[in-house]
Amino acid sequence: MMRTTYLLLKYTAILIWSSFVVLPFLWALTTSFKTAHGITSGATYIPWLQYEPSLEGWKVLVRTGGAGINIVQPYISSMVVTVGASLISLALGTLAAYGLSRFTYRLGFIKNSDIRFFFISQRIMPPIVLAIPFFLMLQYFGLLDSIIGLIIVYIALLLPIATWVMVDFFNNILREIDEMATIDGCNPIGAFFRVILPNSLPGIVVAGLFCLIFGWNDFFFAFILTFTKTQLLPVAVVALNSSVTPWWSLSASALVSVAPLVIIAFVVERFLSSGNMAGAIR
Amino acid sequence: MSLLVQNLGIWVDGVAHLSDISLEFQQGRLYTILGQTLSGKTTLLRTIAGLQSPQKGTLTLHGQDFLELPVWKRRVAMVYQQFINYPHLDVLANVAFPLLRAGVPRAEARQRAREILGKIGLANFENRRPSTLSGGQQQRVALARALVKRAEILLLDEPLVNLDYKLREQLRDEFQNIFAGQDDAIVIYTTTDPDEAIQLGHELIVMDEGAVIQQGKPLEVFNAPAMIRCAEIIYNPPMNIFNGAIQRGEILLQGGVRLPVPWHMGHLPEGTYRFGLSTADISIGGNIGAEVELSEISGSQTILHLRGAIGSFIVYEAGVYHYSMGSTVQVGLDPGRIFTFAVDGKLISAPAATAGQER
Repeated sequence: MMRTTYLLLKYTAILIWSSFVVLPFLWALTTSFKTAHGITSGATYIPWLQYEPSLEGWKVLVRTGGAGINIVQPYISSMVVTVGASLISLALGTLAAYGLSRFTYRLGFIKNSDIRFFFISQRIMPPIVLAIPFFLMLQYFGLLDSIIGLIIVYIALLLPIATWVMVDFFNNILREIDEMATIDGCNPIGAFFRVILPNSLPGIVVAGLFCLIFGWNDFFFAFILTFTKTQLLPVAVVALNSSVTPWWSLSASALVSVAPLVIIAFVVERFLSSGNMAGAIR
Repeated sequence: MSLLVQNLGIWVDGVAHLSDISLEFQQGRLYTILGQTLSGKTTLLRTIAGLQSPQKGTLTLHGQDFLELPVWKRRVAMVYQQFINYPHLDVLANVAFPLLRAGVPRAEARQRAREILGKIGLANFENRRPSTLSGGQQQRVALARALVKRAEILLLDEPLVNLDYKLREQLRDEFQNIFAGQDDAIVIYTTTDPDEAIQLGHELIVMDEGAVIQQGKPLEVFNAPAMIRCAEIIYNPPMNIFNGAIQRGEILLQGGVRLPVPWHMGHLPEGTYRFGLSTADISIGGNIGAEVELSEISGSQTILHLRGAIGSFIVYEAGVYHYSMGSTVQVGLDPGRIFTFAVDGKLISAPAATAGQER
C-alpha cells in the first residue's frame, strides 16, 4: 500500500515536471505551423482539426529578401564560432587547469588560488564593461564583423569557464595516479594524455557543454561586434521581429536554435554519469 | 647488485623528513622499514622512486648514480597505501599498462598480466573495472601491476594499512610466497605494525623522526632494541619504561619498589637507569599495587592501563575480565626479563633472547 502510494506520488511529480519542460516545446512546435489567424483564435494544439497547418513560418527562415530572413548562413556562422571557440578554450583551459592543479606557482604574493580567481574574475564583470575594450581591440586589428574576431572574443570569455571547471576536476583526481603513471614508465606528458585525460572525460564534457551553451546562446557580443558581413543566429532571430511579431517563424527559429543543444545533451548524457570514475575520485 | 643510500637528507621548513640516512639494500632480500607515522618511511621510498628529490646525499644502483634518472626510467615498482589503480582501464589493462609502456608487445604483455593475475588470485576479474572490486582486490591489482614489471626495486608503502584485519592477515601470509618469486629484486616494505615487520622481512630497519635508529635481523632488533625509542616502536604494545637505580645489589624502582638484580644485570655498576619490561613480563598477582586507569578487552585478552608508585604501565592478561576504573590490582614484575637503558635512552643490557627460540 505504502509502495503504491509512493509510486503514485513519484510519477505524478515526474508528470508535472515533465509538463513544465515539454509543453513549451509543444506550444512552439504547433505555433510554428500556424498563421496569424491560427494564433489569434485561442489555444489550439491539434493540426487540421483545430487549425490549418502552414509551412510559412519555416519558409521565412530560408527565404532571402522580401518577407524572409535567411537564417542558414547565421546558423552556420554560429556553429563555426561556437564549436571553434569551445574546442580551443577547452584545449587551452584543460592544460592551464592541469598546471594550476598539479604545480605550485608563486610570483610575489600571487599564488595558484589567486591565478585561479583571476581567471574567473573576468566573468564577474558585467559584459558591457568588456564590450568597449573588445570593440576597440577588434577594430584595431581589423577583426570587427568577422568570424575570427568573434572566435577570439568567445575564447576570452569561455577560457575562464573551462579552466575553472577543469581545475576542480583535476583536484579531485588523486595525485598518486599521476605519480603511478610515471613510475609505470610514462613521462609527465604521457601520464597526462594516457592516464589523466581519459579519467577527466566527464569533466571535459561538462566544461565543453558550458562552453557550447554559452557560445551558442550569446546575443550581446554577437550583436555588438558584428554588423552586416557576419551575423550569428541569436542576432538573426531577433531581426525576424518587425512591426508585427511573427510568432510562427519565431517559434520555428526557436526550435532550430535549441535543437543542437538538445542533441548534444542526449549524446553526452552517458559521459556525465561519473560512475566509472569511482575510485579515482577522493 | 645493491642500492646504496648515502647521507640522504630532506628538510622541509627546517623539519627533517630524512636526516642523513645511509643504508645498503641487497638484491633478493626483503627489507621492512618500521616506524610510526611521519618517521620518514614514505619519504625514503618516494626518494628512491624519484618522486622526491633529496637536498643532500647520493643514491646509487650498481654503482651508477640513480638520482640522475627521472622516475620513468628508474625501473622501480611501487604500491601505495591507498588503492591506486587506473580507473579508466579494466583489471587486465591496468596490469599490462607498465609492460606496454616498456615496449613489450601487446600479446605478450597481456599474457604476462594474466599469469600474474592468476598468481595473485584475480584470474576471473580481468574485465572488471578496479572500482567494482573490493578494497582487498583493488590492492591486489595494484600489487599485480607492481610485480608484473619485474622491477629491480619493489617499493611497498604500507600496502595493507587500509584493509580490514582479516584481509590484512591473509594478504600478509600470501606476501611471503609472492615475494619469494622476486629473487632479482630489492623489496622494501614499510609498515607501522611491528608484528608485520618481524614476520615479513629478512632485515628490519627502524626509523624515527627521519633517521634510522636501528637496523638488523628482525629478532635481533626485537631481542635487543638499541634505545628506548626503538623498544617503544618495535614492541606492540610499546615496552613499559620505569625510572630507577641499582643500589646495594638491588634494583630500586621509583616509588620504593625493590627487585633483586638478575644475573644478566650483575655486571652493571650502581647508578641511575631506566628499566624496560614488555607487557608480557608483567603478571597479575604480585606484591606491587597499581590502580586501574582503563580496562579494554581485545579478543581473548584483557588490556589493563595501570598507574602505581612505579609509574604508568600496560599489562596484558590472558582471558576476559572486567575491572572497574579506580580499583586496585597487584602485579608482579619479572626481573629476569628487564632491559636496562642508560638515562639518555641507549641500551646497556638485555635479557637472554626468548623471542625466536626453537621449541
